[in-house]
Amino acid sequence: MITKLATEVTTLAAEGASEHNPIIPLWQEVVLGVIAFSILCFVLMKFVFPQMEKTFAARVDAIEGGIKRAEVAQAEANQLLEQYRAQLAEARTEAARIRDEARADAEGIRQDVLAKAREESDRIISSGQEQLAAQRESIVRDLRAEVGTLAVDLASKIVGESLADEARSRGTVERFIADLDSAGTTGGRR
Amino acid sequence: MIGQSIVLAADVPFPPSVEDFYLPSILPWGEHNSYWFTKITALLWISVAAIIIYFLVSYRKPQLVPTKKQWIAESLYGFVRNNIAVDMLGKRGINFAPYLTTLFVFILLMNFWAIVPIAQISPNSHIAFPAILAVISYVMFIYIGMKHHGGLKYFKHALIPPAPWFILPLLIPIEFFSTFLVRPFSLAVRLFANMFAGHMLLLVFTLGGFAMLNANAWFAPFSLVSWVMTIALTFLEFLVICLQAYVFTVLTASYLQGALADEH
Repeated sequence: MITKLATEVTTLAAEGASEHNPIIPLWQEVVLGVIAFSILCFVLMKFVFPQMEKTFAARVDAIEGGIKRAEVAQAEANQLLEQYRAQLAEARTEAARIRDEARADAEGIRQDVLAKAREESDRIISSGQEQLAAQRESIVRDLRAEVGTLAVDLASKIVGESLADEARSRGTVERFIADLDSAGTTGGRR
Repeated sequence: MIGQSIVLAADVPFPPSVEDFYLPSILPWGEHNSYWFTKITALLWISVAAIIIYFLVSYRKPQLVPTKKQWIAESLYGFVRNNIAVDMLGKRGINFAPYLTTLFVFILLMNFWAIVPIAQISPNSHIAFPAILAVISYVMFIYIGMKHHGGLKYFKHALIPPAPWFILPLLIPIEFFSTFLVRPFSLAVRLFANMFAGHMLLLVFTLGGFAMLNANAWFAPFSLVSWVMTIALTFLEFLVICLQAYVFTVLTASYLQGALADEH
Protein backbone atom coordinates (compact mmCIF):
# COMPACT_ATOMS: atom_id res chain seq x y z
CA MET A 1 0.00 0.00 0.00
CA ILE A 2 2.69 2.39 1.09
CA THR A 3 5.03 1.45 -1.65
CA LYS A 4 2.21 1.71 -4.14
CA LEU A 5 1.45 5.24 -2.90
CA ALA A 6 5.08 6.14 -3.03
CA THR A 7 5.57 4.87 -6.56
CA GLU A 8 2.44 6.74 -7.57
CA VAL A 9 3.90 9.92 -6.09
CA THR A 10 7.22 9.44 -7.83
CA THR A 11 5.67 8.64 -11.17
CA LEU A 12 3.41 11.64 -10.81
CA ALA A 13 6.36 13.80 -9.95
CA ALA A 14 8.23 12.47 -12.92
CA GLU A 15 5.45 13.03 -15.39
CA GLY A 16 4.36 16.28 -13.73
CA ALA A 17 7.71 17.94 -14.13
CA SER A 18 6.93 18.69 -17.73
CA GLU A 19 3.31 19.44 -16.92
CA HIS A 20 3.49 22.60 -14.86
CA ASN A 21 5.25 25.83 -15.45
CA PRO A 22 5.08 27.99 -12.30
CA ILE A 23 5.25 31.18 -14.37
CA ILE A 24 2.10 30.36 -16.34
CA PRO A 25 -1.02 31.02 -14.28
CA LEU A 26 -3.74 28.38 -14.22
CA TRP A 27 -6.83 29.96 -15.74
CA GLN A 28 -9.12 28.24 -13.23
CA GLU A 29 -7.21 29.89 -10.42
CA VAL A 30 -7.36 33.24 -12.17
CA VAL A 31 -11.15 32.97 -12.45
CA LEU A 32 -11.58 31.91 -8.84
CA GLY A 33 -9.09 34.50 -7.67
CA VAL A 34 -10.91 37.29 -9.47
CA ILE A 35 -14.25 36.21 -8.03
CA ALA A 36 -12.91 35.80 -4.50
CA PHE A 37 -11.00 39.05 -4.50
CA SER A 38 -13.98 40.92 -5.96
CA ILE A 39 -16.21 39.62 -3.19
CA LEU A 40 -13.62 40.62 -0.63
CA CYS A 41 -13.20 44.08 -2.12
CA PHE A 42 -16.93 44.58 -2.39
CA VAL A 43 -17.67 43.66 1.21
CA LEU A 44 -14.71 45.46 2.79
CA MET A 45 -14.86 48.60 0.67
CA LYS A 46 -18.61 48.88 0.90
CA PHE A 47 -19.45 47.87 4.44
CA VAL A 48 -16.34 47.98 6.57
CA PHE A 49 -13.87 50.71 5.67
CA PRO A 50 -16.37 53.51 4.98
CA GLN A 51 -17.83 52.66 8.37
CA MET A 52 -14.38 53.04 9.90
CA GLU A 53 -13.86 56.32 8.08
CA LYS A 54 -17.17 57.47 9.51
CA THR A 55 -16.13 56.45 12.98
CA PHE A 56 -12.84 58.31 12.57
CA ALA A 57 -14.70 61.39 11.44
CA ALA A 58 -17.12 61.11 14.35
CA ARG A 59 -14.20 60.75 16.73
CA VAL A 60 -12.43 63.77 15.28
CA ASP A 61 -15.70 65.63 15.46
CA ALA A 62 -16.19 64.64 19.08
CA ILE A 63 -12.73 65.85 20.02
CA GLU A 64 -12.73 68.96 17.89
CA GLY A 65 -16.33 69.67 18.85
CA GLY A 66 -15.31 69.51 22.49
CA ILE A 67 -12.46 71.90 21.81
CA LYS A 68 -14.78 74.19 19.89
CA ARG A 69 -17.34 74.16 22.67
CA ALA A 70 -14.64 74.95 25.20
CA GLU A 71 -13.43 77.77 22.97
CA VAL A 72 -16.93 79.17 22.70
CA ALA A 73 -17.36 79.01 26.47
CA GLN A 74 -13.99 80.68 26.92
CA ALA A 75 -14.88 83.40 24.47
CA GLU A 76 -18.17 83.93 26.26
CA ALA A 77 -16.43 84.16 29.60
CA ASN A 78 -13.92 86.60 28.16
CA GLN A 79 -16.69 88.68 26.73
CA LEU A 80 -18.49 88.73 30.07
CA LEU A 81 -15.31 89.70 31.85
CA GLU A 82 -14.72 92.45 29.34
CA GLN A 83 -18.28 93.61 29.81
CA TYR A 84 -17.92 93.65 33.59
CA ARG A 85 -14.67 95.50 33.31
CA ALA A 86 -16.24 98.06 31.02
CA GLN A 87 -19.14 98.44 33.40
CA LEU A 88 -16.80 98.82 36.33
CA ALA A 89 -14.78 101.46 34.52
CA GLU A 90 -17.97 103.23 33.57
CA ALA A 91 -19.16 103.16 37.17
CA ARG A 92 -15.81 104.48 38.29
CA THR A 93 -15.86 107.40 35.89
CA GLU A 94 -19.47 107.99 36.82
CA ALA A 95 -18.55 108.12 40.50
CA ALA A 96 -15.67 110.45 39.75
CA ARG A 97 -17.95 112.63 37.71
CA ILE A 98 -20.53 112.71 40.51
CA ARG A 99 -17.82 113.54 43.02
CA ASP A 100 -16.53 116.33 40.83
CA GLU A 101 -20.00 117.62 40.34
CA ALA A 102 -20.66 117.54 44.05
CA ARG A 103 -17.41 119.31 44.69
CA ALA A 104 -18.30 121.94 42.11
CA ASP A 105 -21.77 122.23 43.59
CA ALA A 106 -20.40 122.64 47.08
CA GLU A 107 -17.99 125.27 45.85
CA GLY A 108 -20.85 127.03 44.12
CA ILE A 109 -22.99 126.86 47.20
CA ARG A 110 -20.16 128.16 49.34
CA GLN A 111 -19.57 131.00 46.93
CA ASP A 112 -23.26 131.70 46.90
CA VAL A 113 -23.55 131.70 50.66
CA LEU A 114 -20.46 133.84 50.98
CA ALA A 115 -21.78 136.27 48.39
CA LYS A 116 -25.10 136.40 50.12
CA ALA A 117 -23.51 136.90 53.49
CA ARG A 118 -21.32 139.61 52.12
CA GLU A 119 -24.29 141.24 50.52
CA GLU A 120 -26.24 140.93 53.74
CA SER A 121 -23.45 142.40 55.76
CA ASP A 122 -23.04 145.18 53.24
CA ARG A 123 -26.72 145.79 53.34
CA ILE A 124 -26.73 145.84 57.15
CA ILE A 125 -23.71 148.12 57.25
CA SER A 126 -25.13 150.47 54.70
CA SER A 127 -28.53 150.57 56.38
CA GLY A 128 -26.79 151.25 59.73
CA GLN A 129 -24.82 154.00 58.14
CA GLU A 130 -27.93 155.45 56.63
CA GLN A 131 -29.68 155.27 59.96
CA LEU A 132 -26.72 156.86 61.64
CA ALA A 133 -26.63 159.58 59.05
CA ALA A 134 -30.35 160.18 59.40
CA GLN A 135 -30.08 160.30 63.22
CA ARG A 136 -27.14 162.57 62.95
CA GLU A 137 -29.07 164.71 60.54
CA SER A 138 -32.06 164.93 62.87
CA ILE A 139 -29.84 165.54 65.88
CA VAL A 140 -28.01 168.21 63.98
CA ARG A 141 -31.31 169.73 62.95
CA ASP A 142 -32.61 169.66 66.53
CA LEU A 143 -29.38 170.98 67.89
CA ARG A 144 -29.31 173.69 65.33
CA ALA A 145 -32.76 174.90 66.33
CA GLU A 146 -31.98 174.54 69.99
CA VAL A 147 -28.53 176.06 69.71
CA GLY A 148 -30.08 178.97 67.88
CA THR A 149 -32.64 179.70 70.55
CA LEU A 150 -30.17 178.89 73.31
CA ALA A 151 -27.60 181.17 71.83
CA VAL A 152 -30.14 183.91 71.33
CA ASP A 153 -31.45 183.46 74.80
CA LEU A 154 -27.98 183.38 76.18
CA ALA A 155 -26.94 186.36 74.20
CA SER A 156 -30.01 188.34 75.14
CA LYS A 157 -29.46 187.37 78.73
CA ILE A 158 -25.81 188.26 78.60
CA VAL A 159 -26.27 191.40 76.61
CA GLY A 160 -29.46 192.17 78.50
CA GLU A 161 -31.08 193.69 75.66
CA SER A 162 -33.15 192.35 72.88
CA LEU A 163 -31.89 192.95 69.60
CA ALA A 164 -34.08 195.31 67.77
CA ASP A 165 -33.08 194.55 64.36
CA GLU A 166 -34.45 191.03 63.83
CA ALA A 167 -32.92 190.67 60.42
CA ARG A 168 -29.53 191.47 61.70
CA SER A 169 -29.90 189.22 64.59
CA ARG A 170 -30.99 186.36 62.28
CA GLY A 171 -27.97 186.96 60.06
CA THR A 172 -25.67 186.82 63.03
CA VAL A 173 -27.23 183.67 64.26
CA GLU A 174 -26.97 182.09 60.84
CA ARG A 175 -23.31 183.01 60.55
CA PHE A 176 -22.63 181.68 64.00
CA ILE A 177 -24.28 178.40 63.27
CA ALA A 178 -22.46 178.08 59.96
CA ASP A 179 -19.21 178.60 61.80
CA LEU A 180 -20.24 176.10 64.35
CA ASP A 181 -21.24 173.73 61.61
CA SER A 182 -17.98 173.94 59.77
CA ALA A 183 -16.07 173.58 62.99
CA GLY A 184 -18.21 170.55 63.88
CA THR A 185 -17.69 168.82 60.57
CA THR A 186 -13.94 169.41 60.52
CA GLY A 187 -13.81 168.20 64.07
CA GLY A 188 -15.96 165.13 63.22
CA ARG A 189 -13.77 164.17 60.29
CA ARG A 190 -10.70 164.38 62.25
CA MET B 1 -0.23 11.55 10.81
CA ILE B 2 3.31 12.07 12.00
CA GLY B 3 3.92 8.34 12.07
CA GLN B 4 2.59 8.08 8.58
CA SER B 5 4.81 10.86 7.32
CA ILE B 6 7.85 9.26 8.90
CA VAL B 7 6.97 5.97 7.27
CA LEU B 8 6.41 7.83 4.05
CA ALA B 9 9.72 9.50 4.56
CA ALA B 10 11.35 6.33 3.45
CA ASP B 11 10.39 7.25 -0.09
CA VAL B 12 10.38 10.99 0.25
CA PRO B 13 11.24 12.50 -3.12
CA PHE B 14 14.26 14.66 -2.90
CA PRO B 15 14.99 17.28 -4.08
CA PRO B 16 11.50 18.86 -4.14
CA SER B 17 10.25 19.92 -7.53
CA VAL B 18 7.77 22.34 -9.02
CA GLU B 19 5.20 19.56 -8.94
CA ASP B 20 5.12 19.82 -5.14
CA PHE B 21 3.25 23.07 -5.66
CA TYR B 22 0.49 21.38 -7.66
CA LEU B 23 -1.30 19.17 -5.23
CA PRO B 24 -4.03 16.77 -6.27
CA SER B 25 -7.52 18.18 -6.39
CA ILE B 26 -9.83 17.83 -3.39
CA LEU B 27 -13.02 17.63 -5.38
CA PRO B 28 -12.98 15.41 -7.32
CA TRP B 29 -10.63 13.70 -4.88
CA GLY B 30 -7.13 13.00 -6.10
CA GLU B 31 -7.66 14.32 -9.62
CA HIS B 32 -4.49 15.82 -11.07
CA ASN B 33 -5.77 18.02 -13.82
CA SER B 34 -8.73 19.54 -12.05
CA TYR B 35 -7.99 22.92 -10.50
CA TRP B 36 -11.38 24.20 -9.43
CA PHE B 37 -11.24 22.87 -5.91
CA THR B 38 -7.73 22.26 -4.67
CA LYS B 39 -5.95 23.04 -1.46
CA ILE B 40 -4.91 26.33 -3.04
CA THR B 41 -8.41 27.45 -3.95
CA ALA B 42 -9.73 26.18 -0.61
CA LEU B 43 -7.20 28.39 1.15
CA LEU B 44 -8.25 31.26 -1.10
CA TRP B 45 -11.87 30.91 -0.07
CA ILE B 46 -10.98 30.44 3.56
CA SER B 47 -8.87 33.62 3.41
CA VAL B 48 -11.66 35.65 1.89
CA ALA B 49 -14.24 34.28 4.30
CA ALA B 50 -11.99 34.77 7.30
CA ILE B 51 -11.22 38.39 6.43
CA ILE B 52 -14.85 39.23 5.74
CA ILE B 53 -16.10 37.54 8.89
CA TYR B 54 -13.34 39.07 10.98
CA PHE B 55 -14.04 42.62 9.86
CA LEU B 56 -17.79 42.31 9.92
CA VAL B 57 -17.79 40.82 13.40
CA SER B 58 -15.25 43.16 14.91
CA TYR B 59 -16.85 46.19 13.29
CA ARG B 60 -20.48 45.31 13.73
CA LYS B 61 -21.28 48.01 16.22
CA PRO B 62 -18.60 50.68 15.94
CA GLN B 63 -18.30 52.92 18.93
CA LEU B 64 -16.61 56.24 19.47
CA VAL B 65 -14.54 54.74 22.26
CA PRO B 66 -13.48 51.47 20.62
CA THR B 67 -13.53 48.07 22.22
CA LYS B 68 -10.35 46.04 21.94
CA LYS B 69 -11.64 44.06 18.94
CA GLN B 70 -12.75 47.18 17.19
CA TRP B 71 -9.48 48.88 17.97
CA ILE B 72 -7.43 46.09 16.38
CA ALA B 73 -9.53 46.12 13.20
CA GLU B 74 -9.30 49.90 13.14
CA SER B 75 -5.57 49.95 13.58
CA LEU B 76 -5.17 47.53 10.67
CA TYR B 77 -7.05 49.97 8.49
CA GLY B 78 -5.42 52.95 10.18
CA PHE B 79 -1.97 51.52 9.52
CA VAL B 80 -2.49 51.27 5.77
CA ARG B 81 -4.52 54.46 5.65
CA ASN B 82 -2.07 56.67 7.52
CA ASN B 83 1.30 55.02 6.95
CA ILE B 84 0.85 54.10 3.30
CA ALA B 85 -2.07 55.88 1.64
CA VAL B 86 -1.96 59.30 3.29
CA ASP B 87 1.80 59.23 3.63
CA MET B 88 2.32 58.72 -0.09
CA LEU B 89 -0.75 60.24 -1.67
CA GLY B 90 -1.61 62.99 0.77
CA LYS B 91 -5.26 63.87 1.33
CA ARG B 92 -6.29 61.95 -1.80
CA GLY B 93 -4.88 58.83 -0.23
CA ILE B 94 -7.97 58.50 1.93
CA ASN B 95 -9.95 57.60 -1.19
CA PHE B 96 -7.55 54.76 -1.96
CA ALA B 97 -7.13 53.57 1.60
CA PRO B 98 -10.03 51.06 1.46
CA TYR B 99 -8.63 49.32 -1.60
CA LEU B 100 -5.05 49.41 -0.34
CA THR B 101 -6.12 47.97 3.00
CA THR B 102 -8.12 45.22 1.31
CA LEU B 103 -5.10 44.45 -0.80
CA PHE B 104 -2.75 44.43 2.17
CA VAL B 105 -4.94 42.24 4.35
CA PHE B 106 -5.65 39.84 1.50
CA ILE B 107 -1.99 39.39 0.58
CA LEU B 108 -0.98 39.13 4.22
CA LEU B 109 -3.40 36.32 4.99
CA MET B 110 -2.78 34.54 1.67
CA ASN B 111 0.95 34.67 2.39
CA PHE B 112 0.44 33.64 5.96
CA TRP B 113 -0.84 30.18 4.96
CA ALA B 114 2.80 29.41 4.09
CA ILE B 115 3.62 28.91 7.77
CA VAL B 116 0.27 27.77 9.15
CA PRO B 117 0.57 24.13 10.16
CA ILE B 118 -1.31 21.70 7.88
CA ALA B 119 -1.89 24.42 5.28
CA GLN B 120 1.79 25.24 4.87
CA ILE B 121 1.56 26.53 1.35
CA SER B 122 0.65 30.01 0.28
CA PRO B 123 -1.82 30.41 -2.58
CA ASN B 124 0.42 33.30 -3.61
CA SER B 125 3.05 30.75 -4.60
CA HIS B 126 0.81 30.16 -7.61
CA ILE B 127 1.35 33.11 -9.89
CA ALA B 128 -2.34 33.41 -10.75
CA PHE B 129 -3.17 35.37 -7.58
CA PRO B 130 -0.24 37.80 -7.57
CA ALA B 131 -0.91 38.29 -11.29
CA ILE B 132 -4.54 39.24 -10.67
CA LEU B 133 -3.53 41.76 -8.03
CA ALA B 134 -0.75 43.16 -10.19
CA VAL B 135 -3.09 43.58 -13.14
CA ILE B 136 -5.59 45.40 -10.91
CA SER B 137 -2.83 47.72 -9.65
CA TYR B 138 -1.63 48.26 -13.22
CA VAL B 139 -5.03 49.05 -14.65
CA MET B 140 -5.83 51.19 -11.66
CA PHE B 141 -2.78 53.42 -11.83
CA ILE B 142 -3.17 53.93 -15.57
CA TYR B 143 -6.88 54.68 -15.17
CA ILE B 144 -6.26 57.08 -12.29
CA GLY B 145 -3.49 58.76 -14.24
CA MET B 146 -5.69 59.22 -17.29
CA LYS B 147 -8.51 60.53 -15.15
CA HIS B 148 -6.23 62.94 -13.34
CA HIS B 149 -4.34 64.29 -16.34
CA GLY B 150 -7.08 63.88 -18.90
CA GLY B 151 -6.88 60.95 -21.32
CA LEU B 152 -3.77 60.65 -23.41
CA LYS B 153 -2.11 63.61 -21.73
CA TYR B 154 -1.26 61.20 -18.96
CA PHE B 155 0.98 59.21 -21.29
CA LYS B 156 2.69 62.36 -22.44
CA HIS B 157 3.20 63.30 -18.80
CA ALA B 158 4.40 59.83 -17.86
CA LEU B 159 6.65 59.25 -20.85
CA ILE B 160 8.25 62.62 -21.47
CA PRO B 161 10.41 63.68 -18.57
CA PRO B 162 11.63 67.27 -18.42
CA ALA B 163 14.98 66.64 -20.07
CA PRO B 164 16.94 68.15 -22.97
CA TRP B 165 15.41 67.09 -26.31
CA PHE B 166 18.42 65.11 -27.47
CA ILE B 167 18.13 62.68 -24.52
CA LEU B 168 14.42 62.11 -25.05
CA PRO B 169 14.83 59.42 -27.75
CA LEU B 170 16.72 57.47 -25.12
CA LEU B 171 14.53 58.33 -22.16
CA ILE B 172 11.09 57.74 -23.64
CA PRO B 173 11.67 54.04 -24.43
CA ILE B 174 13.18 53.56 -20.99
CA GLU B 175 10.24 55.27 -19.31
CA PHE B 176 7.80 53.26 -21.38
CA PHE B 177 9.59 50.04 -20.62
CA SER B 178 9.86 50.64 -16.88
CA THR B 179 6.43 52.14 -16.34
CA PHE B 180 4.14 50.28 -18.70
CA LEU B 181 5.89 46.99 -19.38
CA VAL B 182 7.87 45.96 -16.35
CA ARG B 183 5.66 47.16 -13.53
CA PRO B 184 2.91 44.52 -13.60
CA PHE B 185 5.43 41.72 -14.06
CA SER B 186 7.77 42.88 -11.36
CA LEU B 187 4.87 43.33 -8.99
CA ALA B 188 3.44 39.87 -9.66
CA VAL B 189 6.74 38.03 -9.88
CA ARG B 190 8.18 39.62 -6.74
CA LEU B 191 5.33 38.35 -4.60
CA PHE B 192 5.00 35.01 -6.36
CA ALA B 193 8.72 34.29 -6.32
CA ASN B 194 9.09 35.15 -2.66
CA MET B 195 6.30 32.82 -1.66
CA PHE B 196 7.45 30.15 -4.08
CA ALA B 197 11.02 30.30 -2.87
CA GLY B 198 9.91 30.36 0.76
CA HIS B 199 7.88 27.23 0.32
CA MET B 200 10.69 25.62 -1.62
CA LEU B 201 13.19 26.45 1.13
CA LEU B 202 11.03 24.94 3.83
CA LEU B 203 10.52 21.86 1.64
CA VAL B 204 14.21 21.49 1.01
CA PHE B 205 15.13 21.62 4.66
CA THR B 206 12.26 19.44 5.85
CA LEU B 207 12.63 16.80 3.14
CA GLY B 208 16.40 17.13 3.23
CA GLY B 209 16.34 16.04 6.87
CA PHE B 210 14.43 12.93 5.91
CA ALA B 211 16.61 12.30 2.89
CA MET B 212 19.78 12.41 4.98
CA LEU B 213 18.25 10.19 7.64
CA ASN B 214 17.35 7.67 4.98
CA ALA B 215 20.69 7.79 3.28
CA ASN B 216 22.61 6.99 6.43
CA ALA B 217 21.52 6.69 10.05
CA TRP B 218 24.74 8.44 11.04
CA PHE B 219 23.48 11.56 9.39
CA ALA B 220 20.77 11.91 12.07
CA PRO B 221 22.48 14.92 13.73
CA PHE B 222 22.56 16.68 10.36
CA SER B 223 18.90 15.89 9.88
CA LEU B 224 18.25 17.49 13.24
CA VAL B 225 20.18 20.58 12.18
CA SER B 226 18.17 20.62 8.98
CA TRP B 227 14.88 20.55 10.89
CA VAL B 228 16.08 23.25 13.30
CA MET B 229 16.87 25.28 10.21
CA THR B 230 13.32 24.68 9.05
CA ILE B 231 12.02 26.26 12.24
CA ALA B 232 14.42 29.17 11.91
CA LEU B 233 13.42 29.63 8.29
CA THR B 234 9.77 29.61 9.32
CA PHE B 235 10.49 32.75 11.32
CA LEU B 236 12.31 34.23 8.35
CA GLU B 237 9.32 33.27 6.24
CA PHE B 238 7.07 35.15 8.63
CA LEU B 239 9.19 38.24 8.06
CA VAL B 240 9.00 37.75 4.30
CA ILE B 241 5.22 37.28 4.49
CA CYS B 242 4.69 40.62 6.22
CA LEU B 243 7.32 42.39 4.17
CA GLN B 244 5.96 41.25 0.81
CA ALA B 245 2.40 42.22 1.73
CA TYR B 246 3.71 45.63 2.76
CA VAL B 247 5.91 46.00 -0.32
CA PHE B 248 3.09 45.10 -2.71
CA THR B 249 0.80 47.65 -1.08
CA VAL B 250 3.45 50.36 -0.93
CA LEU B 251 4.41 49.84 -4.57
CA THR B 252 0.78 50.05 -5.66
CA ALA B 253 0.46 53.27 -3.68
CA SER B 254 3.67 54.56 -5.20
CA TYR B 255 2.43 53.83 -8.74
CA LEU B 256 -0.74 55.73 -7.91
CA GLN B 257 1.40 58.55 -6.55
CA GLY B 258 3.31 58.66 -9.82
CA ALA B 259 0.06 58.73 -11.78
CA LEU B 260 -1.32 61.54 -9.63
CA ALA B 261 1.88 63.59 -9.53
CA ASP B 262 1.61 66.95 -11.20
CA GLU B 263 5.24 67.27 -12.06
CA HIS B 264 8.21 64.95 -12.17
